[in-house]
Amino acid sequence: MRKVAIYGKGGIGKSTTTQNTVAALAEMGKKVMVVGCDPKADSTRLLLHGLAQKSVLDTIREEGEDVELEDIRRDGFGECLCVESGGPEPGVGCAGRGIITSINLLEQLGAYEESEGLDYAFYDVLGDVVCGGFAMPIRQGKAQEIYIVASGEMMAMYAANNICKGVRKFADAGGVRLGGIICNSRKVDNEKEMIAEFARRLGTQMIHFVPRDNDVQRAEIRKMTVIDWNSECPQADEYRTLARNIDANDLFVVPKPMEIEELETLLLDFGILEGAPA
Amino acid sequence: MTLLRHTPAEETARREALTVNPAKTCQPIGAMYAALGIHRCLPHSHGSQGCCAYHRSTLSRHYKEPAMAGTSSFTEGSSVFGGQSNLLAAIENIFTLYDPDVIAVHTTCLSETIGDDIPQIAEAAADKGLIPEGKRVIHCNTPSYVGAHTTGFSNMTKAMVDYFAEAKADEKAAGRVNLIPGWVEPADIAELKRLVALMGLDCITFPDTSGVLDAPLTGAHEMYPGGGTTVDELTAAGDSAHTIALGPICSGAAAKALQAKCNVPQTTLPLPIGLHATDRFVMKLREFNGGHVPAEIAAERGRLLDLITDMHQYFYGKTAALWGDPDQLVSLSELLMSVDMLPKYVVTGTPGKKFIKRMGEVLGDRAHDCRVEQGSCADMFMMHQWIKADPAKVDLLIGNTYGKYIARDEDIPFVRHGFPILDRIGHQHMPTVGYRGAIRLLEQILNAFLDRQDRDAPEASFELTM
Repeated sequence: MRKVAIYGKGGIGKSTTTQNTVAALAEMGKKVMVVGCDPKADSTRLLLHGLAQKSVLDTIREEGEDVELEDIRRDGFGECLCVESGGPEPGVGCAGRGIITSINLLEQLGAYEESEGLDYAFYDVLGDVVCGGFAMPIRQGKAQEIYIVASGEMMAMYAANNICKGVRKFADAGGVRLGGIICNSRKVDNEKEMIAEFARRLGTQMIHFVPRDNDVQRAEIRKMTVIDWNSECPQADEYRTLARNIDANDLFVVPKPMEIEELETLLLDFGILEGAPA
Repeated sequence: MTLLRHTPAEETARREALTVNPAKTCQPIGAMYAALGIHRCLPHSHGSQGCCAYHRSTLSRHYKEPAMAGTSSFTEGSSVFGGQSNLLAAIENIFTLYDPDVIAVHTTCLSETIGDDIPQIAEAAADKGLIPEGKRVIHCNTPSYVGAHTTGFSNMTKAMVDYFAEAKADEKAAGRVNLIPGWVEPADIAELKRLVALMGLDCITFPDTSGVLDAPLTGAHEMYPGGGTTVDELTAAGDSAHTIALGPICSGAAAKALQAKCNVPQTTLPLPIGLHATDRFVMKLREFNGGHVPAEIAAERGRLLDLITDMHQYFYGKTAALWGDPDQLVSLSELLMSVDMLPKYVVTGTPGKKFIKRMGEVLGDRAHDCRVEQGSCADMFMMHQWIKADPAKVDLLIGNTYGKYIARDEDIPFVRHGFPILDRIGHQHMPTVGYRGAIRLLEQILNAFLDRQDRDAPEASFELTM
């Protein structure tokens, strides 16, 4: 089983990209489990056709700590398995601890056992690595490979670079490696070339450039992944390509985070070449 | 046997991270001890059970008395969702089952890290009607990764001011002072109150653990023994003429808060341990009673002077190693200096840079003969190594029970003082503050020296009269 964690700046499209990729992997016949690590518990909405799932922490809150796997795991599109960690209400408690609790619980309950026959476990993690809890999926050898979703926007690249610092920290102790940058296009100037160069500087690769396409939103409104909604559309093929690239990926590195000055220079070189006022 | 001799002689490289046998403990234990000084108060530990169990058991082992306290009993769920529902349930249960006048909530590392807002929870409890009429819930924050047990004591003492003290009267009550005794024994507080009464002054003392943690055995169990400062007294503290705070580390913050809140002027003095420090305390009290000192106090002072003079030859030139809390260490050092002894090694785990300056003032021109260290790495392991490396060692150890390993390993006489004392009694009954307290302390020190002399003297110089 390959354990994959998806990180990236908040709002960059981690959950959408993860679910569409999982749908493509499922279509390829892979057995996939998705573990949402966001207190909002919206990481499996498209696979389950709605926010129907009771999170691990809701279950613990309501039923105590004596929980069965069936209580917290639902079947989604293409027989993928969906789990949401959930978390406390905004502003109270410790969401990071919530992720630690739920991942430990999943392990105790045997969700990762060989008998489950999983090819992939995907962790969809909230935003940046803000505290130990959000780093849980890459600690202690839980996830072995990381993909960072980024776009050509400054803040997304800044966040991606910052996440690489977290990955490097845990890479020293455990086996976690960066598998690549997924560019989720925001139609920024020179975006593809810039992210390819950004990835190269980090010592990794742009594993796929996902173009911006309103079909993603059209599917999302229907609480579906693109493949589920319209498997013939071009965007579905983009996610299939991303899934194939991840499935075939063999470039796993300890990233080399950039200094801020270097990052800003990169943006200048690629971002202001064209469209700058004459 | 080498089972207990685990400190290597070679001095370890200067440490920046590791603490071995710290000269401090955990914030909440101080908050719990202070809260027990409120009449009919149940301290409450907002965290996991183990914290509360440790704090209670250490207080119980020190006082040989039950130390009652509640806990929010956090589970995995509470640490994720926050401890509000646990604390609400605790408040309801405590008022229903144990009927205290006050619940004094202190936090723990866990509830601090998840960021529980205690006043907000207490307000929610009030909104739900869980706090009966006339009952109070107070709180202080006590993250153990900040400061030391003394910090927790200071925080809870200040909380008493923040929650209760009120300036109600038009004029301050002449002839009434507030006394904040700091982290001392119940017997010390009783002794201080006796001195204030002898000086003819009214006094509101808080926190006051006398009559709580030294309560007599009567045959009847009382959840809340008779002692402790009442809520009415804590409220009235805002109308007293002056506040005398003993020990800046433990009492200074509360006195300053009271000055800011209720305009009660304050004086922070060192703990009145020893001749000079007690003099300062008595002279301060004189400012409020018309300037007289009763003959009884003068006689007690005279007896102390007599003892120092009679036995000076045994004190002179002796060295000591001390560890514990800054307020105690400064006054103990001054006491030793006043009998021509020298505090040679002093360590404390409690932070606060003024300590070094205060030690310098007390040591005067002997400051260069004394090694003082402060902070998390200023531990007993470090002090033990200093002693091992010193061919002359020291003549005496003064500190809490944890020093017994050093005393045994180095064969050095040992006087127990401070917190905790887990293996002897007397500290809860016999004061070490005031002139009589100084007599008791000097008696203990002297006996330790004389016992050692008797033990080691060759037969030819085994003295009958000493």
